[in-house]
Amino acid sequence: MPVAASAIYFLNLRGDVLINRLYRDDVGGNMVDAFRTHIMQTKELGTCPVRQIGGCSFFYMRISNVYIVIVVSSNANVACAFKFVVEAVALFKSYFGGAFDEDAIRNNFVLIYELLDEIMDFGYPQNLSPEILKLYITQEGVRSPFSSKPTDKPVPNATLQVTGAVGWRREGLVYKKNEVFLDIVESVNLLMSSKGSVLRCDVTGKILMKCFLSGMPDLKLGLNDKIGLEKESQIKSRPTKSGKTIELDDVTFHQCVNLTRFNSEKTVSFVPPDGEFELMKYRITEGVNLPFRVLPTIKELGRTRMEVNVKVKSVFGAKMFALGVVIKIPVPKQTAKTSFQVTSGRAKYNAAIDCLVWKIRKFPGQTEPTMSADVELISTMAEKKSWTRPPIQMEFQVPMFTASGLRVRFLKVWEKSGYNTVEWVRYITKAGSYEIRC
Amino acid sequence: MSGHDSKYFSTTKKGEIPELKEELNSQYKDKRKDAVKKVIAAMTVGKDVSSLFTDVVNCMQTENLELKKLVYLYLINYAKSQPDLAILAVNTFVKDSQDPNPLIRALAVRTMGCIRVDKITEYLCDPLQRCLKDDDPYVRKTAAICVAKLYDINAELVEDRGFLESLKDLISDNNPMVVANAVAALAEIQENSNRPIFEITSHTLSKLLTALNECTEWGQVFILDALSRYKAADAREAENIVERVTPRLQHANCAVVLSAVKMILQQMELITSTDVVRNLCKKMAPPLVTLLSAEPEIQYVALRNINLIVQRRPTILAHEIKVFFCKYNDPIYVKMEKLEIMIKLASDRNIDQVLLEFKEYATEVDVDFVRKAVRAIGRCAIKLERAAERCISVLLELIKIKVNYVVQEAIIVIKDIFRRYPNTYESIIATLCESLDTLDEPEAKASMIWIIGEYAERIDNADELLESFLESFPEEPAQVQLQLLTATVKLFLKKPTEGPQQMIQVVLNNATVETDNPDLRDRAYIYWRLLSTDPEAAKDVVLAEKPVISDDSNQLEPTLLDELLANIATLSSVYHKPPEAFITRVKTTTQRTEDEEYAEGSETGYSESHVADGAASPPTSSDNVPYAAARQPGPAATPTQPAPAAPVPDLLGDLIGLDNAIVPVDQPSTPAGPPLPVLLPASTGQGLQISAHLTRRDGQIFYSLLFENNSQIPLDGFMIQFNKNTFGLAAAGPLQVPQLQPGSSATTLLPMVVFQNLSQGPPSSLLQVAVKNNQQPVWYFNDKISLHVFFTEEGRMERASFLETWRSLPDSNEVSRDFPNAVISSVEATLDQLAASNMFFIARRKHANQDVFYFSAKLPKGTPFLIELTTVVGNPGVKSAIKTPNPEMAPLFFESIEALLRV
Repeated sequence: MPVAASAIYFLNLRGDVLINRLYRDDVGGNMVDAFRTHIMQTKELGTCPVRQIGGCSFFYMRISNVYIVIVVSSNANVACAFKFVVEAVALFKSYFGGAFDEDAIRNNFVLIYELLDEIMDFGYPQNLSPEILKLYITQEGVRSPFSSKPTDKPVPNATLQVTGAVGWRREGLVYKKNEVFLDIVESVNLLMSSKGSVLRCDVTGKILMKCFLSGMPDLKLGLNDKIGLEKESQIKSRPTKSGKTIELDDVTFHQCVNLTRFNSEKTVSFVPPDGEFELMKYRITEGVNLPFRVLPTIKELGRTRMEVNVKVKSVFGAKMFALGVVIKIPVPKQTAKTSFQVTSGRAKYNAAIDCLVWKIRKFPGQTEPTMSADVELISTMAEKKSWTRPPIQMEFQVPMFTASGLRVRFLKVWEKSGYNTVEWVRYITKAGSYEIRC
Repeated sequence: MSGHDSKYFSTTKKGEIPELKEELNSQYKDKRKDAVKKVIAAMTVGKDVSSLFTDVVNCMQTENLELKKLVYLYLINYAKSQPDLAILAVNTFVKDSQDPNPLIRALAVRTMGCIRVDKITEYLCDPLQRCLKDDDPYVRKTAAICVAKLYDINAELVEDRGFLESLKDLISDNNPMVVANAVAALAEIQENSNRPIFEITSHTLSKLLTALNECTEWGQVFILDALSRYKAADAREAENIVERVTPRLQHANCAVVLSAVKMILQQMELITSTDVVRNLCKKMAPPLVTLLSAEPEIQYVALRNINLIVQRRPTILAHEIKVFFCKYNDPIYVKMEKLEIMIKLASDRNIDQVLLEFKEYATEVDVDFVRKAVRAIGRCAIKLERAAERCISVLLELIKIKVNYVVQEAIIVIKDIFRRYPNTYESIIATLCESLDTLDEPEAKASMIWIIGEYAERIDNADELLESFLESFPEEPAQVQLQLLTATVKLFLKKPTEGPQQMIQVVLNNATVETDNPDLRDRAYIYWRLLSTDPEAAKDVVLAEKPVISDDSNQLEPTLLDELLANIATLSSVYHKPPEAFITRVKTTTQRTEDEEYAEGSETGYSESHVADGAASPPTSSDNVPYAAARQPGPAATPTQPAPAAPVPDLLGDLIGLDNAIVPVDQPSTPAGPPLPVLLPASTGQGLQISAHLTRRDGQIFYSLLFENNSQIPLDGFMIQFNKNTFGLAAAGPLQVPQLQPGSSATTLLPMVVFQNLSQGPPSSLLQVAVKNNQQPVWYFNDKISLHVFFTEEGRMERASFLETWRSLPDSNEVSRDFPNAVISSVEATLDQLAASNMFFIARRKHANQDVFYFSAKLPKGTPFLIELTTVVGNPGVKSAIKTPNPEMAPLFFESIEALLRV
């Protein structure tokens, strides 16, 4: 049964109900008490997101300082339920203009009730596209993204759009200047052993799109991925141009992309929603260019001293640079005193996370700054367990660089009025979970 | 900038309700709207604002859509508690359902379907019929779901009014969202009905697969889930279906992906071509892996499902083991699941990599995770013969770190490895012996002692090692004592020298005279007798060859696995249990009209449903509806029967006006079962006979009562009171019994609370009850409390914690009793029966011809009961021993277990 929820609760960290909506009669209104006593107030909290208590099951997620709890008593579709929560939160955020937390909920509770009534019926998720819902669910005090346009008038065909085949775009949009912004955002996930061998490495990328296009445009996106290029050369019976092609392990698309067509023709074609959305996600494991190499040496000198030396090599082009580089090197809890020497950036000891934090604001390519630190430890008596070293973690952003080598080859826009569009493309690579064991 | 609704939460003075009432009746629109918002705010924080019902409903006729929605929301919450007043809203609903604005038409139907009040339901039919044929797809898609709602309230009505046919027509609707919702509604109705209602033909199948492309992401889930029940006729059709479903694997929505995977796996069973199957496996792997980059909660669901999928199709992810490597910051529940899958995917090819990972995890911070990682190494050793040696060397390296719990866990798994590969790796025993004195957990100690005993002939100082344990023999937990006993006997048989001979004297003495553990004593006597009569026979018995153990990492039964795979993405696949195991809901029986006999049956159930319905309408907010899923089978629970209007109980509820009592709305009816024991016979009670019994359902204790009026006058105004008792049992709400005409009877389930009026003194099972009514004097009677109704659903213990608790309790807390007449004839039935009373099975052990069972149970305030039952299955005579911090409860426990075993 694809039912996702019998009831949904929004609770604050103390367990007070902020919002609740019962969709079905098969769970009681006080089930939230069971959640409070059996999960929130016990060590269970956070050990498993799906729990059965009595005849009911609870799925919960924490988002900022709010617990969202779904209660069911049937064999519900859990995947659907969690995805619904994720999408609903995205929807609320788009309505509130950013934050989703206890205050935002209290301040918009009428709106949330209204939305909850609209996006789920009898436990079945309905249309959750912000673009469409904003056509007919508006609240005073809430800034509408279309505030520049007249929204007071009820849109006559809102209902057709909610249910239409293009349920994510409204008709009759007009822009003076037709523009598309493409952001290719990649996260590099790395797990490196202490000996420097790569245990696991992959890139999860997403293509974010911001469309300001009039009418009902048809878009087609071309990337330098292997399958797409091969298919194209087959169709045009022309050999592929030389150049780097990359192999995507997996791609998933926003619901606006025609999947059947992608499957048969390998082209990404779609009618985009208005404004900002995530067009696609992809994953690559082969041929990842790691932007940084980290070479740590940590020596424990007796029981009260440690010597930490870390060298970080940037291996991208010399003309590029990374921003906001942070390297966190874990040290034992009983760290007492630290002294640093760095060739670039700043380093300090952060006792709250038991880490030496080395920050480099601007990190040019093809350089290798080093940090060395002397760490003094308080000698503790019965230190039974030797210190287990958590991995070094790294954060960074490298603009105009893709770890996968993915490039946008073209973005074609067709609209019956035949206007010209301006396309903007940006690339950025960030650290996902970039861990180096030491 | 965002809203400022929080101001509505600020409470004013005490006179809040009158103030709100005034504002609701204000002549100014804005003031009324603000007042309704305040009412909703109050409702949200759990205040009872049902008394404002009329005033809120008066605001319903408005042009303002926002205000209207708020009023509707209020109605959904409170209509049930004010069924008579709810009729006030009907006119507006019906009018709204014909409004020119489709949003309002849909809103009216959607809301009416959520109000489970008969009067509203009656009026719903006509608007619903119109809306199912509405020009606007938004209205039709809402009406489609509404049919499912109505079916849940009154299935018969849906069938009589032909809504099912209209719903089936909607499958061919030209709007994809209408189609999707109609499919969802039909699938749900089918699930709750025994008759074929929604049968998927190859024609519908193909139509729906075409509709997939146009649907919203959720609509795709509905359709895929419904279609996954379809059985293709042959391999060709299956291939065809799969081909049309595979594009869904690229969807960004994880629910769509999992539902597509479910459907593909189902059809794959039919596909014979190995090429096609291999190809499909290749296609499914990347999307499954991609799910692991979603939110951790979704990852968890995905991992639980992947666990099932790799059991059926191990090749799918055979090359992807790296993606299951744990990230340092993964939540613990994700790490644990990843570990489980890594064991399943471990093979000779990747074992080196896997072992490096496990070794890394074994040095992490979280103790449970570390233990699981160590155990994982052992499981790999048992699974992969060629890698066993490498696994052992990793375990030895870990032992050298000398982290206490790592060492103990390692020794436990090494014992299993020795069992799996006898006479292969004994060279490491010396290393193990070095950490002997750090062992403090029973299981680890017992494992080490087993190793020493088993290989006594190869360990030069085996006698010394064992001797070091012997000193503390009386203080050791039972598990360790048993192993010590066996190990010493083994040692003696292998090295019948003077040292061991003395040791065996000490052990046998300790284990027979000094102990009150029957297992230990029995085992010791058997050894003693064997040794003294025929040492050769003793050798044959004690040193017999042991059966080889095998890898348990693919645990699920194939049939269960089939069922779980058909339930991918649902709760069932997360719990790894079939849906029946955790769903208490029963199917709606709709054959009533076709079955005359049944109609009679429901006639007899009349009084029951009368009572239940009465109890369902106290003037409490819907916040007081616990465990409504506890519908029990039985005629009274059939929702098809419109319960007759019962003004009497309503009034009763009104008068008593309980505010925070826990009264279940769908009160479980009395189940067909053994009759309740008569506590007040009619002869004593001037014709009133009361039978009653304490029961536990869905985590709550109920007092199940049957009142029979054999007197000449109608009786009403029943009230109940409990005297102070050991458990502080008291009624959680007033007794809901309607007026009893002469010759009639009524049953009711009274919810109970504990720790309310505790009595002092030693525990006693006595429960003194007083019942009065308006016509007779107060009746007093005594009932017996059976301890097991208090055992909570959370009483299940892990083996390890069971052992730990057992050990931590002093022996003086152990009490045992014999039940010479009790028989356990079917182990399974007994286990089920005890599990139903929240006594959870932990382990079973063979001991000579006897079986020893261990169970755990817990009382509400966390007092554990560790239970041991010893018996020869099928023969009379059960011995029960318990260990608990509250040994004074033992007599009560024995009373209750005896009753349970007698049934």
